[in-house]
This record gives sequence, structure tokens and C-alpha cells, in this order.
Amino acid sequence: MPDDLSPRGPETLAVTLTVNGEARRLRLQPWTTLLDALRDHLGLTGSKKGCDHGQCGACTVLLDGKRVNSCLVLAASKEGSEVRTVEGLAALDGTLHPLQQAFITHDAFQCGYCTPGQLCSGVALLEEGHTRSEAEIREWMSGNICRCGAYPNIVAAIQEAASR
Amino acid sequence: MRPFSFSRPEAPALAIAAKTAQARFLAGGTNLVDLMKYDVERPPALLDLGRIEALREITESGGTLRIGALATNADTAAHPLVQRHAPLLADAILAGATPQLRNMATTGGNLLQRTRCHYFYDRQTPCNKREPGTGCPAIGGVNRIHAILGASSSCIATHPSDMCVALAALEAVVVVQGPEGERRIPMAGFHRLPGDEPWRDTTLGERELITAVEIPTWETGGHRTYLKLRDRLSYAFALVSVAAAVTLEGGRITKARVALGGVAHKPWRVAEAEALLEGRAPDEPAFAAAAERLLHGAQGQGENDFKVELARRAIPRALHQAAAGTPQSHVEKAIS
Repeated sequence: MPDDLSPRGPETLAVTLTVNGEARRLRLQPWTTLLDALRDHLGLTGSKKGCDHGQCGACTVLLDGKRVNSCLVLAASKEGSEVRTVEGLAALDGTLHPLQQAFITHDAFQCGYCTPGQLCSGVALLEEGHTRSEAEIREWMSGNICRCGAYPNIVAAIQEAASR
Repeated sequence: MRPFSFSRPEAPALAIAAKTAQARFLAGGTNLVDLMKYDVERPPALLDLGRIEALREITESGGTLRIGALATNADTAAHPLVQRHAPLLADAILAGATPQLRNMATTGGNLLQRTRCHYFYDRQTPCNKREPGTGCPAIGGVNRIHAILGASSSCIATHPSDMCVALAALEAVVVVQGPEGERRIPMAGFHRLPGDEPWRDTTLGERELITAVEIPTWETGGHRTYLKLRDRLSYAFALVSVAAAVTLEGGRITKARVALGGVAHKPWRVAEAEALLEGRAPDEPAFAAAAERLLHGAQGQGENDFKVELARRAIPRALHQAAAGTPQSHVEKAIS
């Protein structure tokens, strides 16, 4: 058992994450969240800090294929993991993900702040398959809050993408 | 967050060896990291359990369903063994939180999550749970989400979990390991009532690690329900919830289990209330009698007085759903 567990200074840990298909080697303090690692250390500011407490979903990213609130993930605890952010949804040639295109077609965003989280959450939802009814989509997207109230159009966009 | 040291023990024995009273195990982090951001939890060290793959397993053997402490809530709810042998558990898990949170939250973390009392969360206010002896401002204060059963003059907080209410109804056992070896703690004895030591949420030892939850399999099929009443249709804690399951033979109840959430410091289960249902036809008078017994001693705190009547009506409604084999859907929100 360690003798002294008093907090250390700003020592950093080496953390490697594969972000949008690319291996990124970071040196992070253990208290750095995945959200802050993405935004501040990697310049990937697409993921948003809405509440920083897992209550809004604006920070939603895909971690090893599963949607999570990156504000509550300590990056150091995910050594070796794969992360996909909103910046990684479109194809390398710039072709939008079908869900992104559907969001445009169905006017599924106003201010756009919740949108990256909605898209990452929606992409995961499409793979999970909980899209069999409007009620199911609403329940399984309930972790993404939209203050502008774009919900009806978000649901419509997801329905369109699901139908393909 | 305050600085902390961080390590990733590769096996339960190493995690336990490193555990001091003040260090914290990190699993999904959905409650611990949140509390650390609010400066409510201030561990000098985090022991990340993420490398201990063996604790993620979900298996069934000889009538016991075993769910690893690091299995995520999402994986647990979706697991075919859980859906077959303990569908009430899947129902309760899916009624809580959000897909994102369920993908990270774990069995052990859900058991150990702390109350959402506003005063507990706010360092600017006194709180006997957070700082023993400072007082309980929820008593006579903002207490809409607080307890109507089992409270004390020191603390009226509730346990917020949905999963735990189902585990209580299913008579689960929490398996833990510590420096002295392995122990099995029945759900009824895992969470505490606040009494005059509200800072102690559970009977888990300071150096013990939860390794699994074991559930005796009970083939209820559709004869179960998790009825959750709350201010929003989703993504909100229960004001009152009811986990109920029954076995019927020849038109009579031969076994009933009922537990309440949102009303106490622990899931609320009363064996005498369940005994009142045995041998009876599943009718409204039987349900009302069970509800009355289950709510014996219920008392509002001022802003949560409505919970008593809400529970008095929710319990029979849940028992009706369980008896009828029409469990509450968490997609179609209308209550059948």
C-alpha cells in the first residue's frame, strides 16, 4: 500500500487515443476529461461543453463504438480506446454522413450547439436500432437536450436516416 | 477537480491492496467524476478498475444469475440472460438515466451512487452526510425529492437508483472482496437507513471491492413491472417508483415481491406487505392492503407530502400490471 497518497502536482500521464481514425499521443493530467482532451489538447472543438456534468448530452462522442458523455470520462482511464467525434462523421472526401445530410434536409438544428452531440448520439442510435417508432426514437435520444426545441425535426431526420 | 494520483490495478487483489479509506475506485465515473467536479468527493487517489476484465462478465449457473460489478448498465439490460431470468432488472435499468450514461455506469457504481439531495451537492450549505454534525437543511427546507419513509432527524435523503429497487425486489446478494476475504451481503442489508450516521450510505467496508451481484433466478415472464413516476417522461429521477413481480397459480398469488424507489435512503421493501398478498386473488382490495402495509409510517417532509398518496396509488397500479402480465413500457409512456 502506498505510504503517501497526497495529491501530486501537475504530473502528466502518457495517454494514446485513436481519434477519428488517427493515433494521438497525449500527455494529460489524470483529472483531464475526455471532453477537455478533445477540445483543448487536440483542438477538436466540435464536441461542446453544455453542462459539464452529464446532464445535457452536448458532449456526446462515440467511445469504442458506444455513445458516452465525454465530460464525465477521465481521458487517462481510456488508454488505447477509439474515439469518434462529430468531426469524424463525414467521409474523408467530405461526403456528409447520411444523418448529417438528413439534419440539413429536415432543418434539425437552430443555434447548433446541441447538434454535434445529437449527431454522435443519433449515429450510435442508428446502429443500436432503437428507431422502430417515434416514441422509441424520442426515448432513446432523451440524453440529448435541445434548448431551441428542434426535437420534431431531429426525430424526422433520424427517421429518414433509419429508413435507408 | 482537486489533484489526485491515478493508478490502474490489474486485478481485484491489487485494487484491494491499494485501497485506503480515502481513495476511491473508479468504474464508469458517472457519479464519482460528477461529485468530484462539485468538490463533494475529494479523493486523494483514484484506483481505475478498467483493466479488470473478469468483473464485466454476466453468467448463469445453477439457478443464480451473476452480474459482474463492472458490467455496464447498458450491457446488463441488453443481456439475453438478464432478459430471460430477471426481466424486472432490465426494465428498471432502462427506466433510468440515458443511453450515454448507461453505457458507462456499472453495477457496482450504481449500487454505490450517492443521493442527489441539493444540499449534499452544494458545498455552501450544511449537510450531515457530507460533513457530519453540520445539520440537515433539507428538513424544513427544499425537500420535494426527499424521503417519506425511514428518515431520521439527521438526514432525509433518498437513494436515487432504479436498478437497486429491482435488485431489492429480486432479493439479490452483493458479493464483495476485502482484505479479510469474500463476503455476501443481501440487498436488504447493503444500503443503510441514515439513523444518526447519515454519512454511511452502505455496509460496505472501507477497503472492500464489490465484485458481483447474484440474483436467484425467478421466471416471472411478463408478471413483473417497474413503474416510475417523475416530473419528466425521461431522464429524471423517480419521485416514486415501484418494482413488482408476482407468481400466480390457479388465479391466486403464490409469491409477490414489491419494492419502492424514490421514497427512502434505500429501496423500501416490507416482507409483511408481500405476505399479505400470498394466497389472495390479485384484486384491488388485496393490492390496497399491501400498499397500506408497505407505507406504514410514511410521513411527508413538507414539500413531498404528495409522495404518500402517489405511492398509495402507484403500488396497486404496479401490482395490477404485474398480475396482468402487462409490464410498464418505457417507450410508450402511458400507464396501463
